[in-house]
Amino acid sequence: MINRLLSGDRPRSRLLAGVLALILIGLAFAPFLFPGTKSLDTAARICIFIVLAASYDLLLGYTGVVSFAHTMFFGIGAYGTALALSSLGPSFTAIVLGTAGGTAIAAALALAIGLFSLRVKAIFFAMVTLAVASAFAVLVSQLSGLTGGEDGLTYKIPRALGPAFKLMDGKIFGVRINGRLLCYYLVFFSALVLFLGLLRVVNSPFGRTLKAVRDNAFRAEAIGYRVVWYRTTATVLSAAVAALAGALLAIWIRYTGPATTLSMEIMIDILLMVVIGGMGTMYGAVIGATLFILAQTYLQTLMASAEHATEALPLIPLLVAPERWLLWLGMLFILSVYFFPDGVVGRLRSRR
Amino acid sequence: MAIEAPVLTTQDLTIRFGGHVAVDQVSCAFERGTLTAIVGPNGAGKTTYFNLISGQLRAYSGTVTLNGEDITRLGVPERCDRGIGRAFQLTNLFPTLSVRENVRLVVQAQARRGFDLFSRADSHIELIERAEHVLAEVHLLDQADQPVSALPHGDQRKLEVAMMIALAPQVLMFDEPTAGMSVDEVPVILDLIRELKNDRDRTILLVEHKMDVIRSLADRIIVLHNGQLVADGDPAEVMKSPIVQEAYLGNAPEDGQEAPAKSASEEVARG
Ligand SMILES: Nc1ncnc2c1ncn2[C@@H]1O[C@H](COP(=O)(O)OP(=O)(O)O)[C@@H](O)[C@H]1O
Ligand SMILES: [Mg+2]
Repeated sequence: MINRLLSGDRPRSRLLAGVLALILIGLAFAPFLFPGTKSLDTAARICIFIVLAASYDLLLGYTGVVSFAHTMFFGIGAYGTALALSSLGPSFTAIVLGTAGGTAIAAALALAIGLFSLRVKAIFFAMVTLAVASAFAVLVSQLSGLTGGEDGLTYKIPRALGPAFKLMDGKIFGVRINGRLLCYYLVFFSALVLFLGLLRVVNSPFGRTLKAVRDNAFRAEAIGYRVVWYRTTATVLSAAVAALAGALLAIWIRYTGPATTLSMEIMIDILLMVVIGGMGTMYGAVIGATLFILAQTYLQTLMASAEHATEALPLIPLLVAPERWLLWLGMLFILSVYFFPDGVVGRLRSRR
Repeated sequence: MAIEAPVLTTQDLTIRFGGHVAVDQVSCAFERGTLTAIVGPNGAGKTTYFNLISGQLRAYSGTVTLNGEDITRLGVPERCDRGIGRAFQLTNLFPTLSVRENVRLVVQAQARRGFDLFSRADSHIELIERAEHVLAEVHLLDQADQPVSALPHGDQRKLEVAMMIALAPQVLMFDEPTAGMSVDEVPVILDLIRELKNDRDRTILLVEHKMDVIRSLADRIIVLHNGQLVADGDPAEVMKSPIVQEAYLGNAPEDGQEAPAKSASEEVARG
């Protein structure tokens, strides 16, 4: 049963299976295990970024294509939902229409970029995605009448997904059963389905062909595979899933702006999540996104307490001051890439 | 006996790299069920001629015709679909994938299943079985689970032949299939090619330097020299001709020694 859900792609390492199970349980029961607004928000963002990183892995790890437009597709999904919710009002119809529209636009744009630039060298595709993504970010901030510019859009979501909506009186395990909880599970199950869907795709005949294209595109052509079409299809699929992740984010945080969806910083984050977790494994995206979001959220807190604890010592408090968190995050990445060149998943699998 | 139209024809096929004419107006027809050896010194244009036929390079002028269809302007996968199979001089496999997966990918391409996104690849048992059947033929079944990059050179060459057997094309092109192999491994490859040849539907083009190999396999020899076709005919005849003695064999004795020392550093046009 589990094997079927995973499309036969098992973790192939006890430790990895354990870590993945832990993450799954942690996310599935997050509202009960880690009560509180901040931790629930962290859990939801982990779900969303797992999907986002996994869809990027389809491109980077499985197809060997480097794209800098992944956040653009993520943003298109988010803005689609956000625009529909703010113009049509907080209804499920608006969510469905906005999500479908955003995803379709993302897919169409990916198709155009793919057909235009994947024929040529891989580096050309990377440059084109960079250019298009930058242009798109400028466009969004310029069209402030529509998109709210740099301020972004704030909107309401359907009442059934808000904290004011009570499914029942009282609490279960000390947790209110309200619309916010419903919203979390909407995010969680959507993410789960999307991730398992991607896992199926990479284990399909198509997914196997992508690996062949990544390994040796020249030879893949010689045995009859039309490499451009495989790369383009992977790009479209990855863009569509990124847009769906964007829609989930738009619903969850009830705000959509350039900083939360389009920024180059997020693009780099996704890249690091996939590389640290392990490219071409899908599970790497789970590990990478979880580690990354946790570090991003809690490293500063951790460092603040370290600063307190070491107050009496010279120099050390300075080094562990919360303002230095980016420095430490960077160090962690360099170390992890150095010690786990195949990512955490590659490392765990080679141990056995 | 009715004369069959040739399967593959090249007419005045030419390509230049800058000022250098690597293949110069080569016209040649290949009949069904024959094995043609292509010989010539290093840099004669043999690999380039292959690249023009299988589509890795586009002709500067001239045409390539397969079963009466002009395929000169077609891309590599389109030519593959029409029955041109190409094995490479330099090992050219999927290095991080397993031996089984390399062959399975060929079988999958043949079955036109590459765009199946939602079924599980491991559920298509018939494709896996076919791949394993071919691997057994080339004695690589025991290594099926190894990544190709871990395979010794000789086994990689066998795998290259296995890919051709799995592809089962009408026209098979082998570019120095035994290059760099140890002496005791060579007969395995030759037996495999001989078996392919016994299937009378196939047309085989073989670039090879070992004269004894050519003598035992070839129905015909063509000689390329500086990109030009300089001799064509019966093996015994061509090998005796002065132009081969001089241009290719140097002053090698008649008893079928190997060609003069050749370097392994030839380039395959890579995309
Ligand atoms: N892609 C290329 N670009 C430039 N020159 C090439 C290229 N491919 C082959 N050549 C040149 O064409 C000539 C024929 O090469 P090749 O076909 O590899 O010879 P052979 O296979 O007979 O040893 C050589 O002089 C080689 O340097
Ligand atoms: Mg050559």
